[in-house]
Amino acid sequence: MQHKVIDTKEVVIRFTGDSGDGMQLTGTLFADASALFGNDISTFPDFPSEIRAPQGTVSGVSGFQVNIGSGEVRTPGDFCDVLVAMNPAALKSNAKWAKPTATIILDSDTFDEKGIKKAGFKTDDPVKELNIQDRHIVFAPITTLTKESLKDSGLDSKTIVRSKNIFTLGICYYMFNRTLDTTEEYLNKKFRKKPEIAAANKKVLSDGFNYAGNVHAIPNTYRVAPAKQEKGTYRYINGNQAAAWGLLAASEKSGLPLFCGSYPITPATSILEELALRKDLNVKTLQCEDEIAAICTAIGAAYVGNLAVTTTSGPGLSLKSEALGLAMITELPLVVINVQRGGPSTGIPTKTEQADLNQALYGRNGECPVAVIAARSPSHCFDAAFYSAKFALEHMMPVLLLSEGFLGNGSEPWKIPSMKDYPEIHPPIVTEVSESPFWPYKRDEDRFARRWALPGTKGLEHRVGGLEKNPQGGVSSDPLNHEKMVADRAEKVARMANYIPDQEVMGEDSGDVLVVGWGGTYGHLYTAVKELQSDGKKVSLCHFDYIFPLPKNSCEIFSKFKKILVCELNSGQFASYLKAQHCQYKYHQYNKIQGQPFIVKEIVDAVDAIL
Amino acid sequence: MQFYNNPENSKDMKYTPQDFKSDQEVKWCPGCGDHAILASIQRAMPEICESLNYTKERFVFVSGIGCSSRFPYYMDTYGFHGIHGRASAIATGIKVANPTLTVWQITGDGDALAIGGNHFIHAIRRNIDVNIVLFNNQIYGLTKGQYSPTSKLGVVTKTSPYGTVEHPFNPGALVLGARGTFFARSVDVELKLSQEIMVESAQHDGTAVVEMLVNCVIFNDRTHALVTAKDVRADRTITLKHGEPMIYGKERDKGLILDGYAIKSVVIGQNGVKESDLLIHDAHIENPGIHSMLIDMKYPELPVALGVIRAVKDKTYDDNVRDQVIDAMEHAQIHNVDELLHSGATWEVK
Repeated sequence: MQHKVIDTKEVVIRFTGDSGDGMQLTGTLFADASALFGNDISTFPDFPSEIRAPQGTVSGVSGFQVNIGSGEVRTPGDFCDVLVAMNPAALKSNAKWAKPTATIILDSDTFDEKGIKKAGFKTDDPVKELNIQDRHIVFAPITTLTKESLKDSGLDSKTIVRSKNIFTLGICYYMFNRTLDTTEEYLNKKFRKKPEIAAANKKVLSDGFNYAGNVHAIPNTYRVAPAKQEKGTYRYINGNQAAAWGLLAASEKSGLPLFCGSYPITPATSILEELALRKDLNVKTLQCEDEIAAICTAIGAAYVGNLAVTTTSGPGLSLKSEALGLAMITELPLVVINVQRGGPSTGIPTKTEQADLNQALYGRNGECPVAVIAARSPSHCFDAAFYSAKFALEHMMPVLLLSEGFLGNGSEPWKIPSMKDYPEIHPPIVTEVSESPFWPYKRDEDRFARRWALPGTKGLEHRVGGLEKNPQGGVSSDPLNHEKMVADRAEKVARMANYIPDQEVMGEDSGDVLVVGWGGTYGHLYTAVKELQSDGKKVSLCHFDYIFPLPKNSCEIFSKFKKILVCELNSGQFASYLKAQHCQYKYHQYNKIQGQPFIVKEIVDAVDAIL
Repeated sequence: MQFYNNPENSKDMKYTPQDFKSDQEVKWCPGCGDHAILASIQRAMPEICESLNYTKERFVFVSGIGCSSRFPYYMDTYGFHGIHGRASAIATGIKVANPTLTVWQITGDGDALAIGGNHFIHAIRRNIDVNIVLFNNQIYGLTKGQYSPTSKLGVVTKTSPYGTVEHPFNPGALVLGARGTFFARSVDVELKLSQEIMVESAQHDGTAVVEMLVNCVIFNDRTHALVTAKDVRADRTITLKHGEPMIYGKERDKGLILDGYAIKSVVIGQNGVKESDLLIHDAHIENPGIHSMLIDMKYPELPVALGVIRAVKDKTYDDNVRDQVIDAMEHAQIHNVDELLHSGATWEVK
């Protein structure tokens, strides 16, 4: 067979296997190596909620997709050029993601009668049954070759078989003309105390690489040149890590210690894990007995002057609703991060969705407006968290940051910013006041924020709480006072609009269709709109980070387009919200509620349909 | 590195109970036992400040929902009136975020043991340095008379017109079940005892739970009267003091002994019982066995135990957290966010 090296701008590769096959690690290592090589990348881990579903079954299949490119990469890619399937079940559930021209690498050792049956195939020929004969299929005996590679390693057979993902990684490195050094370095570091395991893995990696070169089964190898990126130092980052670090940046810029009360919940847990590592930066994390305690400990920490945070996902936000109202009425700064997942109820916990917008906007008793900010990409979670904290601290109110499973687990290269480029944060802490006793609900003229008197400060003793108060801090059920306090608190949130940047439009500021989105769909919408624009169509993108309040120029932007298409991963919550805010426009909708991100082509087609 | 503001100490401050009274009108029903508890805590404050070198601004009173939870409004200290059941969690956040504060949680039998049961036991399990004063009147007062988790089996209330069919909690048993380090019990009208107990609970490092037997004059009048009525109290309760023999009774003629595996009430001088045969109270013993028996004592078989029943030393959660942070900061490889962002694998684009 003739070996061809194909130069390409973008390649999508999807690693799939049993939950225990190490596909997340394999994908991550491949992505790391590509990022270090200089490609632009975007990743999408797609895994089941079961930790180890029955081996070999479709429900236990775990996948990791990575898109690498020499140009701008904004999405993990719709369909893949290379599919790795470590067993028949992985092939069965992922064949649909393989392009017609794709290469599919299979571990032939798992395609025995038992494996094929377990995956639920009706015949003994999965390839024919899936009708993928015309793809380039590489049957490689990966398990056997891994065993052979490590037969003299002295490792037990279970450990040896577990290394087959690294063998596969070696094959992929060959396919993409990559060197092995980054991964070798990773293995040296990871198994620093077990050099024999490091050595074994390095051998398997290199044997996989050489096997791919020797057998001539791989028809084409790809070369994806480094992307042209801005000068600077880069790293690879996922959304949850970026959110955690953004909070740390706000802690540094405000000079307040960070406190995070949280309860483990998919897919938000790794924010808590990341913060728990950072005691060296004076962070206190408290893993609570439940979601309610998590937000309540944070409220306590806010009362005494910490930058207080609670992190969760949809069902956890439901549990926090009452306490969020408490933070709102006591006018304490609090950041609540909701990494959304498929709902309602437990829903599909490991899959992504944008269906908690209504809950974020409205999900509390009484008149309880809470500012809502959304993150648009994994690395943008850093800025989104930083500014959520800044607004919470300076405006003395809770801010709800919406992230998504797709962002929290997804990763991309990130040009590392310098902290000197971020603004200082000035919370309205007071140590003495003119009046006595202290009036806790006296407001400043600009932001309408109350002052923050911290326990421990002499002479400023005061009481706050969930009961309605008068400005002096006394409990009050006076009808007019209540109406005024409700209006004042709403006014404070509304005034945040004076402090947020103007909404930007990607493309011309007038035209036929304005694609409107928010949150984690940014990459897909951006790619789709770019594609439409390059076809000469008059389409622009207006993607919102500030949801409530909206940027003040939103209405003006909408007025300059013939049609508005709101695209979101729910049944139209943002569209309904926009209707309530700016009812003079008609909002077309494109919605998807499958627990999966958009596909670029879906958006292109949806725009074309109304052009 | 300063971790939190360090309030000045109280060396030159001399407080009176009056200093702890806020300008808010106290709105509990006339005759409610809560008034007496407020008085005993306000009276305990000067002694607490003096013995621990505290100033007034270090105190934070936290509460949930219920009659008792209005308490913080009546104290001229920092105060946080939270939501139903969650005071333990709010207090935990306050204490962990700023361990120099002295945190009190005021709660009731519904607030702490029903809706807030989970937070209550976890605060105790962690041994957060918070003083929890649990007003136990065995009824929901603020919602006007429904049974609570401490209502006696069979009691008739608005929501149990045929009598309850569920067993009550004994708050002390929950404290021990969560490996609590401090438990005391008093009666609303025993102001002096309550005051002493408040001082001891403040001096205790860790979660200190004080159960106050409180009368609800409107919805559950005389619920504790069988043991706390003035004329019978001395014979039907025993006030325990660490290191002292377990003697009680109007005539100081009754005592407690260990009979096999059970506590037994005896009369000194009868059947050859001498004072030296009586149990000596040891509040500091780590093993909770005897404390459990004392907490469980019920009239008429045995007197109800008052006083500090258990006070054992253990490290607090907030101390442990602070120590970890100090240690991590001393040995830090990463000192600021710029260093953090550049940690791990990075690459240059030139």
